Amino acid sequence: MDHSCGLLNGQRDRGMEDFARQGLPSRKQERYKYAHVAEDFAPDYGLNLRRLIFKVDPYRAYRCSVPNMGTNLYYMINDIFYTSPFATPELPEGVFVGSLRTFALQHEELLADYYAKLARTEVDAITALNTAYAQDGLLVYVPAGVRVKPTLQVVNMVRGDVDILTHRRTLVIVGDEAEANLLFCDHTVDNGTFLTTNVSEVYVGKNSRVNWYALEETSASNRLYDNLYVSQEEGSHVEFATITLRNGTSRHRSDFILKGKGSDARIMGAVVAADEECVDHNLLVVHEGEACKSNVLYKYVLDGRSVGAFAGKVMVKPSGQHADSQETNANLCVSPTAHMYTQPMLEIYADDVKCNHGSTVGQLDQTALFYMAQRGISPEESRLLLQHAFVNEVIQQIQLVPLRERLSQMIEQRFRYGNNGCGNCSLCK
Amino acid sequence: MLEIHNLHASVEGKEILRGIDLTIGDGEVHALMGPNGSGKSTLCNVLVGNPAYVVTEGSVSFNGKDLLALPPEDRSHEGLFMSFQAPIEIPGVSMVNFMRAAINAKRKYEGLEPISGGDFLKLMKEKREIVELDASLTRRSVNEGFSGGEKKRNEIFQMAMLEPKLAILDETDSGLDVDALRIVVDGFNKIRKEDTSAIVITHYQRMLDYLRPDTVHVLMDGQIVETGDAELGYRIEREGFDFLR
Repeated sequence: MDHSCGLLNGQRDRGMEDFARQGLPSRKQERYKYAHVAEDFAPDYGLNLRRLIFKVDPYRAYRCSVPNMGTNLYYMINDIFYTSPFATPELPEGVFVGSLRTFALQHEELLADYYAKLARTEVDAITALNTAYAQDGLLVYVPAGVRVKPTLQVVNMVRGDVDILTHRRTLVIVGDEAEANLLFCDHTVDNGTFLTTNVSEVYVGKNSRVNWYALEETSASNRLYDNLYVSQEEGSHVEFATITLRNGTSRHRSDFILKGKGSDARIMGAVVAADEECVDHNLLVVHEGEACKSNVLYKYVLDGRSVGAFAGKVMVKPSGQHADSQETNANLCVSPTAHMYTQPMLEIYADDVKCNHGSTVGQLDQTALFYMAQRGISPEESRLLLQHAFVNEVIQQIQLVPLRERLSQMIEQRFRYGNNGCGNCSLCK
Repeated sequence: MLEIHNLHASVEGKEILRGIDLTIGDGEVHALMGPNGSGKSTLCNVLVGNPAYVVTEGSVSFNGKDLLALPPEDRSHEGLFMSFQAPIEIPGVSMVNFMRAAINAKRKYEGLEPISGGDFLKLMKEKREIVELDASLTRRSVNEGFSGGEKKRNEIFQMAMLEPKLAILDETDSGLDVDALRIVVDGFNKIRKEDTSAIVITHYQRMLDYLRPDTVHVLMDGQIVETGDAELGYRIEREGFDFLR
């Protein structure tokens, strides 16, 4: 494609072939068991192959709800990195945050070993489709030895005057002894029907740290297919949290490969869903290296006719001796019409490991509700306090303190004002 | 203050209360005694509106209002407070948020503005000191990880915050050592005003010594079979319930 670059074009045929061979995933496929792929792909979406630029200045048009954190702020509009006409935030030498295409046109050799290597097109049709069509995306490049202190906040805006299908690509390379904090905020600006496939590949070098937080606040007709692949070298640390407060249908595949000895991943998810919202997390954690540690905690609160799914597999390979793994999925169905599917899995091929897994699905604690009522607290407020407390257990584990506090407030507002407003702006007051 | 007439109630289809009549005046302390399963806790739970208990017959009037027609939270706002026999743990909800929600709900019911942050913290500190509740406990989740004694003390602390007109103490003395019991009862005596009434369920003489009830009732098989003064309580302590059967 003329509007892309050699790096991406080089993988396109393989992506197309693998997609043609596999077709859209059906529910018979284990990792798409709870997704309705054919329905989500059915509308007649437009594809922005000719790279028309949407006329929008995100810095003026939109304010993200996680402000004032002193972050370096960037915008992606669909799959296009928005280049600010104003000065861009300063970064340490050698660090790049920007358009994948722009960087690849100049330094393809630096990315050749990384692009489309973790995200294998032959085993996932959505990844194949994305690889076949992706023209641009985001690149975060942190060379060895560099610690990027400010949080890099990327606001992913989906917009379009017609129904749009976007294939966005994200590549994050953090060298040895380096550090990066990333915050992704997904928003929709218009109310059309949007489908986005997003494939992210994340390489975490030796003794490096990556904190990755993703917050979704989109709209009812937004569909997201988000495939994330993380590879960790020896002694590296990853903290990952995905939070869904508003959405349409979101399906996440997240693969964490603990390759290097002693690497650890703390993987968290918080889902607040109502109405007809669907949130599906399909997680794979592979212990390849010796003495790696993983801790998975996902919590869902489902109201209305929302549907939640969690399938999480922790696999310990023969080389993964002394693995220490804990996987927990706890869910609250607060309405009788909400549905939760949960499937925690362990697959162990080593003989000296410590692995736990478990899941629960329950309702609000009636004894607690009565206790609160006896103290005069209204049923609405009691439900809010209990639901917030339930999800907040995840949020409280986030290391980035300002984000933790802000998220806790946002979740409270989400419960207090529902899906229709924030309670904060002039419209809601 | 409280008038109960011919109250019948059941749990899961089983009738537990079989015609209770009881009148409590302003400032009076009534002790409820009786063997296990006689209906003491059921009576208290019915009064505060626990949805697990179904009233099948009878009426309850509280300061002239039809108590049974009110939802549990409004009964609380009207001045009814129960110290739970087994206080509930609520993980993740801090004592501060819990108490602020309770105070503000009451203020809303009374047509008042929400309490300011500063005033609230001052109130918490003042009431905490009455029951000698450690400050660190109020920063934790409601009752989570509290010892048995701390939970009971926390109940009396909440009572101090809400200043009820009628306090129901459901076996508040059980599981408390002598010192803890004295702190709890002293706290209760400090909090109560002249017209604060109380229903106290207890199996022990010590509680009677500290609280000096005006009246003692004995419940058996869901009915009040005997009413007397404090001496009745002491006799039960000495002889058991056999003389009433």
